[in-house]
Amino acid sequence: MLGFSQLVRRWGGQAAAILASLVTLTPIYVMAVNSLKSKAQASSMGIELPSELHPENFLTVIDKGKLIGSFFNSVLYAAGSTILGTLLAAMAAFVLSRHRSPINRFLYFFLIMGIALPINFFTLTTMMQVTHLINTRQGMVVLYSAMQIPFAVFLIYGFIEAIPRELDEAAIIDGCTPLQLFFRVIFPLLTPVLVTTGILSFLNTWNDFLFPLYYLDNSDNWPMTLAVYNFYGTFGQSGNLESGWNLVSADIVLTILPVIVIYLLGQRFILSGLTTGAIKG
Amino acid sequence: MGASVMKLSVGRYPLYFIVPALILYIAFFIIPSLSGIVYAFTDWSSYSDEVNFVGWRNFQKVFSPGENYLAYIGHTLVFTLLTIVFKTVFGLALALLLDRGVKRFINIYRVMIYLPAVLPTLVVALIFRSILNPATGALNTALRAVGLDALALRWLVDPHIALYSVIGVDTWKGVGYIMVILLAGLQTIPRDYYEAAEIDGAGAWSRLWYITLPLLMPAIVVVTVLNVLYGLRVFDIVYAMTNGGPGYATEVLSTGIFKAFSKGQYGLGTAISTVLFFLLAIAGYFVIRLLERGRVRD
Repeated sequence: MLGFSQLVRRWGGQAAAILASLVTLTPIYVMAVNSLKSKAQASSMGIELPSELHPENFLTVIDKGKLIGSFFNSVLYAAGSTILGTLLAAMAAFVLSRHRSPINRFLYFFLIMGIALPINFFTLTTMMQVTHLINTRQGMVVLYSAMQIPFAVFLIYGFIEAIPRELDEAAIIDGCTPLQLFFRVIFPLLTPVLVTTGILSFLNTWNDFLFPLYYLDNSDNWPMTLAVYNFYGTFGQSGNLESGWNLVSADIVLTILPVIVIYLLGQRFILSGLTTGAIKG
Repeated sequence: MGASVMKLSVGRYPLYFIVPALILYIAFFIIPSLSGIVYAFTDWSSYSDEVNFVGWRNFQKVFSPGENYLAYIGHTLVFTLLTIVFKTVFGLALALLLDRGVKRFINIYRVMIYLPAVLPTLVVALIFRSILNPATGALNTALRAVGLDALALRWLVDPHIALYSVIGVDTWKGVGYIMVILLAGLQTIPRDYYEAAEIDGAGAWSRLWYITLPLLMPAIVVVTVLNVLYGLRVFDIVYAMTNGGPGYATEVLSTGIFKAFSKGQYGLGTAISTVLFFLLAIAGYFVIRLLERGRVRD
């Protein structure tokens, strides 16, 4: 027969882990159920299931919250900057890792120093104006690419060390130019770390609203985060006649849905990337 | 290394691979950061095209007891310190739970507990503005339902507790990240150590104190540094939950910078940015040292 303490040991851990998971999931659950409620029922933001389903909330939100446009803005910023930033970081990390001259050692530390540096938004405004990137979609892509370079270089640099140099030798003897060597031989071998870096930078950009807040004054260019915040400002306040937390919840659900899908599909790479970045690397 | 080998190496790994990344980084990171330090000594503003050198005036304003900026620095440090403590303590507890307490579904729990970390901070803040609403929010409703009316506080409205409410939500969001790193650290500790200690009669606490914590120290240092970097720069969660309010009760350095930006006080704003820059440069130095040390050991 099992003693009490053994029972506690066997089931207590499981119970505590379930409790911890519930604490993280409840707020998301609250948003999900309230997004389907009527305005009146959602006003208390309770945890009970909707008494009647209102899926049309989502259509209202897509229409009033300008979600289609902001969705494509978010996709453009996140995908564009992930592709550009990760590619440039991989090229730089490759040469910095392979050819460790004193100047390259310095450049490596100089680049990864950016992981810790804060951004100066005032002088960056001037830079955005000088380069004519302020208030443009291209500007967002360039800015997000630049911001992810330090961490991407750091992650990819560590990974390149594990790729044997003999491959380079062989490719050069076969007559590859440096660009061919990188894109045909090295790049495919970097896939695991590129996926990790790519997912992390995609999610970071998707979730950010700081650059749009500072540098985009036209709401047509806003990403989903800023659109949902603006929507909340309009529909989440009790003073507004049209206010409704059911709509705000629906907007929030649509904003986090892509993030959750990417997370669940890529969680293996995300969690491994975190630990390589922090423990090993 | 002979000169010819060196030359071969340069030819194979040419500088132009680094240049594009370097240009982007210098243009949008380094030049703004360095020129920001210069502009912090000027009266640069959105109202005038003229920019005049004003010496230390902006910094005197930032550090003057008559202004609120010292409180911003104080809130930033309190936020940083408390989020470090909470995230590390809860993160360690959860990591120990998943490493020792459960035998099945470990990855499912890990995925669920990490989930808040991938959500947009802005959205998390909006969710909790609803949950923490004093009258209608889910938290107070739940507390009242179980008879804990005294605990149903005015979370984001009361200036004395608003900062702690924000810290609590930030811990909820960030603890999974810390847990994942600490869990990976725990999994590198050989099981034999615990078995040997158990045979010697060491209890659970002494095993934690004499085996787990010392061997986990590198991972704890890493998460602390990450938390320092995050805490000093915090913006999103504060901006979206309280926007620095009520009054100035939750204003931190980054929200102060944004307010200065909105008001067109560019000189003052760059001065606050510069204070943050130096706080982070000091922290950043240690980060790079630690990250590189970890890599060499590996």
